[in-house]
Amino acid sequence: MGRKVVLMEKEKNKIAEILQEKNKAVRDEKYKQYVEQVTPKFSIVKNCIAAYIVGGIICVIGQGLTNFFLSRTGDLELSKAYTTLCLVFLSVFLTGVGLYQKLAKFGGAGTLVPITGFANSVAAPAVEYKKEGQVFGIGCKVFTIAGPVILYGIFSSWVLGLIYYILKQIGIV
Amino acid sequence: MTENVSGNIQASGMDNGADIGKIVGKQSVAFKNPPYIISASSIAGKKEGEGPLGALFDQIVEDPMFGQENWESAESELMKMTAQLALAKAGLKNTDIRYLIGGDLLCQLIATSFGIAELGIPVFGIFGACSTMGEAMILGSALVEGGFAEKVMAITSSHFAGAEKQFRFPLDYGNQRPYSASWTVTGSGAVIISNQQDPKKKDGEPDLVITGFTTGKIVDYGIKDSMNMGAAMAPAAFETIKQNFEDFNIRPDYYDRIITGDLGYIGKNILLEFLKEQNYDISGQHMDCGIEIFNQEDQDTHAGGSGCGCSAITFAGYILKQLKERKWKRVLFVPTGALLSQVSYNEGNTIPCIAHAVMVEAR
Repeated sequence: MGRKVVLMEKEKNKIAEILQEKNKAVRDEKYKQYVEQVTPKFSIVKNCIAAYIVGGIICVIGQGLTNFFLSRTGDLELSKAYTTLCLVFLSVFLTGVGLYQKLAKFGGAGTLVPITGFANSVAAPAVEYKKEGQVFGIGCKVFTIAGPVILYGIFSSWVLGLIYYILKQIGIV
Repeated sequence: MTENVSGNIQASGMDNGADIGKIVGKQSVAFKNPPYIISASSIAGKKEGEGPLGALFDQIVEDPMFGQENWESAESELMKMTAQLALAKAGLKNTDIRYLIGGDLLCQLIATSFGIAELGIPVFGIFGACSTMGEAMILGSALVEGGFAEKVMAITSSHFAGAEKQFRFPLDYGNQRPYSASWTVTGSGAVIISNQQDPKKKDGEPDLVITGFTTGKIVDYGIKDSMNMGAAMAPAAFETIKQNFEDFNIRPDYYDRIITGDLGYIGKNILLEFLKEQNYDISGQHMDCGIEIFNQEDQDTHAGGSGCGCSAITFAGYILKQLKERKWKRVLFVPTGALLSQVSYNEGNTIPCIAHAVMVEAR
C-alpha cells in the first residue's frame, strides 16, 4: 500500500516535470519515457510460445509434404520444390478467404518467418489493390510489403557471394 | 464572467453590444445567439452495430462495401446516405442547406467529394483527421451565428478498410496489432445547424444549441509511433480543454460530460493525469467516444475506436440523445485528431495533433 502511494507520487512528479519543461526536446524525451511506461505491451513469452507452436505446425506440414513427395518421386530436390509450391498455394488460399490474418494474429512470427508469410505478404496487396487496376494496382503495388525483402535479400546475397569469392581467391576457404 | 438569463456564458466587460463581445479569452468564442442543432444522423458498420452503442445509431449497414466496388466508393456511399438521412429527419431538401462542411481521412477528401457531389450543396471541404466533426461544427455554427447561413450541415465519415489500406497494411496481410493501436470506426455522422429552432421538436423537449467553442492549436509532444495515437493526441486534448476552462473561467463541473473523440484507454489516462496535475480533476465528467463505441474485450479493439466517424456517430447517436432526454445539460465535445500522413511517417516525423472543443447545451 505504502509503496503504491510512493509510486503514484513519483508518477505525479514525472507529469509535473513534463508540463514544466521549457526545452521541447527534453520535454518530448520525458513524455516518450512516460508513454512507454503507461502503454501495455504484448507478453514476449506468450508470443514466443504461440509463434513456436504455429511456426512448428507449418514446418511439420512442410516436412510431411516433403516426405510424401520423396516417397513418390525419390528425388529430394524435386520434393522440396513441390513442398514450397504447396505451402505457397496454401498460404495464398488462406489469405484469399481471409483466414491467414486471423492465424497471424495468434501465431505472430510463427506465420511470418516460413515461406507462407512471404506468400501472404504478396497475396494481400494483390487482393487489396486489384481495384486500382492490373497495372497501377496489382502491378505497381503487389510488392509493397515483400519488395524490401526481395531487394535487400538479393542485395545481401550478392554481397555475401562477393565476400565468398574474395575469400576463395585468397585461399581462406 | 456572468451567466445571463438564457444560460449563455458571456465575457463580462467585453460585451459592449458589438460583435467583439463574442470573443472569449485566448482561443474561444461564446455565441450571443447560440445556433440550434435541428437534426442529426448516424450510420454505422456491422462491428460498430454490435458494440455497446449499436442500438442508438439510425442505421447499421452489414455490407462493408455498401454495395460499391471498392472501399473508397463504399465510404462515399456511406456519407451520401448519412447526409440524405439528416435531411430526411429534418424534413428538409438539399436546397435548404446553405453550406455543407465536411471531410474524411482519405487523401484529397475523396470520400466527401464523391459522396456529396450529387447533393449540389455549396461545400467547404476540411481536413482535421479524426477531429473533423469538431472543426465542421465550429465553422458551421460560426457561419450560422454570424449571419452567413440559415442552415449548415456538418458531416464526416471514416471506413475501417479504407483507413487500413491508406495508413497501414492491406487488410489480409498477417500482422499483429499492438495493444496501443486503435480500430478505425466505419461510420458517418452528420448534424444540421440552424439559426431557427427545430420546428419538429416535441413539447417538453429541450433545444439543442451550440453555445461556444475553443479552437485547438497544433500540439506535438514528439510521439512518432502511429500505433499509439492516443498517447500522441492526449496532450492536444489536454491543452484545448485546459484553455476552455481558462478562457471561460470555469471548473470541470460546469459540464455534465467532457467527451473526447478517440483517445482510447491509454490516451484517456494520460489526459486525466495531465489535467489533474493542473488542478483540474475531470475524472467524474470525462468520457471518450473511442472507449464507448466498442467492447474492448469481446470485440478485440485494443486501445479503442478511432477515425472521423468515431466521434461523429457517437455525438449524433448517443450524446445528442442524452441531451435531448435531459440526462445531461451541458457537454464539452472534444474530437481529437492525429494529423500525420504516410509520407510524414515514413520520413521519420513526429505526429502533430489537434483537438477542437465544442460547447453543446440542452436548454
